[in-house]
Amino acid sequence: MTVQQISVFLENKAGRLAAAASVLKNNAVNIRALTIAESSNYGVLRMIVSDPDKTMAVLKDAGFTVKQNPMIAVEIDDREGLLFDIVSLCDAEGINIEYTYSYVETASKKAILFLRFEDTDAAVQMFTRRGYKLLSPDEVCKI
Amino acid sequence: MIWDEKHESMPRTGLRELQTERLKAIARKVYDNVPFYKSKFDALGVKPEDINTIDDIAKLPFTTKDDMRDVFPYGLLACDLKDIVEIHTSSGTTGKPVVDAYTQGDIDLWGEVMARTLSMGGVTADDIVQNAYGYGLFTGGLGAHYGIRRIGATCIPISGGNTKRQLDMMRDFGSTALTCTPSYSLYLAEAGKEEGIDFSKLPLRVGFFGAEPWSESMRADIQAKLHIKAYDIFGLTEIIGPGVAAECECQDLLHVFEDHFYPEIINPDTGKPLPDGEKGELVFTTLTKEGTPVIRYRTRDITYLTREPCPCGRTAVRMHRILGRTDDMLIIRGVNIFPSQIEQVLIKMEGVEPHYQLLVERKGNLDCLEVLVEMTEDLFSDELKRLEQKEREIEDKLRDSLLVHSKVKLVEPKSIPRSEGKAKRIIDKRSI
Repeated sequence: MTVQQISVFLENKAGRLAAAASVLKNNAVNIRALTIAESSNYGVLRMIVSDPDKTMAVLKDAGFTVKQNPMIAVEIDDREGLLFDIVSLCDAEGINIEYTYSYVETASKKAILFLRFEDTDAAVQMFTRRGYKLLSPDEVCKI
Repeated sequence: MIWDEKHESMPRTGLRELQTERLKAIARKVYDNVPFYKSKFDALGVKPEDINTIDDIAKLPFTTKDDMRDVFPYGLLACDLKDIVEIHTSSGTTGKPVVDAYTQGDIDLWGEVMARTLSMGGVTADDIVQNAYGYGLFTGGLGAHYGIRRIGATCIPISGGNTKRQLDMMRDFGSTALTCTPSYSLYLAEAGKEEGIDFSKLPLRVGFFGAEPWSESMRADIQAKLHIKAYDIFGLTEIIGPGVAAECECQDLLHVFEDHFYPEIINPDTGKPLPDGEKGELVFTTLTKEGTPVIRYRTRDITYLTREPCPCGRTAVRMHRILGRTDDMLIIRGVNIFPSQIEQVLIKMEGVEPHYQLLVERKGNLDCLEVLVEMTEDLFSDELKRLEQKEREIEDKLRDSLLVHSKVKLVEPKSIPRSEGKAKRIIDKRSI
């Protein structure tokens, strides 16, 4: 089970992030989690949104370079040492994490880790085998 | 010091007579010996006997770089191949290289004009000249070499690069003169400073710099850092290499050695000659070359000429340093680059669109070329390392083609301005 992440290419220039954000606002896109990876010349805005297909379309229309890719959303009880547990599990199984970011639900005291893997299928199998709860796109929409 | 007083300071009427005689002879020579020129003359209905004064040169056909490529490799030869003693070519990065084939007479001529060049900066048999132009097919190294030898000075044929060794040689052997590109001279100055060399204490006193455009502020910089006088020299492979024109001690305009290389300025659109002082395209005719004489070569360089008397006593016409180009050629670190070459590379790469812009800057002392390439969906990835890989990949491909390193920067689609007709491909921030 995977969820779709939207990535947007942004030049490191004043106003570019605002331009992307305004497109999202005007189209009522609901962002569930986001992170920005940056190099000296550009950044990549990565987001988990309520409606990935629509988000793709509106950003493309506005002239942005956009891509979708699968992520794994692991939901676990929020506690200390959680990141270590997940990372060491992946290490032990020889599965490479490309990057990760997280979301914490204060009400339910759950944490959601969004993980990008080189080999997403292998990662899904590993988590499923170990009994981790992976969120579906619908579930992610509801958080 | 004037190397060849008789020719360099010849009264202008006598010079015109000499040029007329030489033009008649060279027109006859190419008409009789070079089929390429015979058909060019015939197409215009002009015969060698139509040349009665040097001004009749305007009747003769032009030669373009494309013409030279069409007749590659030996099509411009005006003598037997057995009389050719040396061949040089341009780098050929934009297509077939331009060939310059020299007879012994041409090599002697080369030595003469380079001896004139070096004498302008006061080089004599007592000098030790460190020749840091590249030796090989490039005309810079050997052209300067022949001039140094002709004067009877001591030549250190160190060629380009190897900065540490350049500095060691300069210090150990007491070089008094330096020949290299202007940007490399500044690089040497900086490297020397880091090594703790005090250039004011070295015997080095003069430098001859060419093969790339430079500015007055760069001259001031070179002179202050190396404690030398810096002279601008000019030449091109199509004509002979270095030794076509050079600055005298006035360090103002460049005297053209017009008894051998006759310059004209033309309107690049109409081909009509322009009067002194007006800017236009520089055209050269070789009046005395034996191996590959060239009639009215269109350099695509823009400058103007003046025949105002020069305080140095030389009568030879002077040209301003090159002010621009009629095409979009860029010179980066001595290498000629056309935006079309970059386009060729990008078109061949999967996922890359040929929407690009070139940004040229002088950082420190080196020309830096940045190539902005628009992002496409095929290129894009959520992972920075893949984007960086793509940039490196484009850089490597560009380097293979251009022979110069450039830095590739991915930019947002449609961020490079599209203009009707000629796109604004180049932003040159160098103040030259």
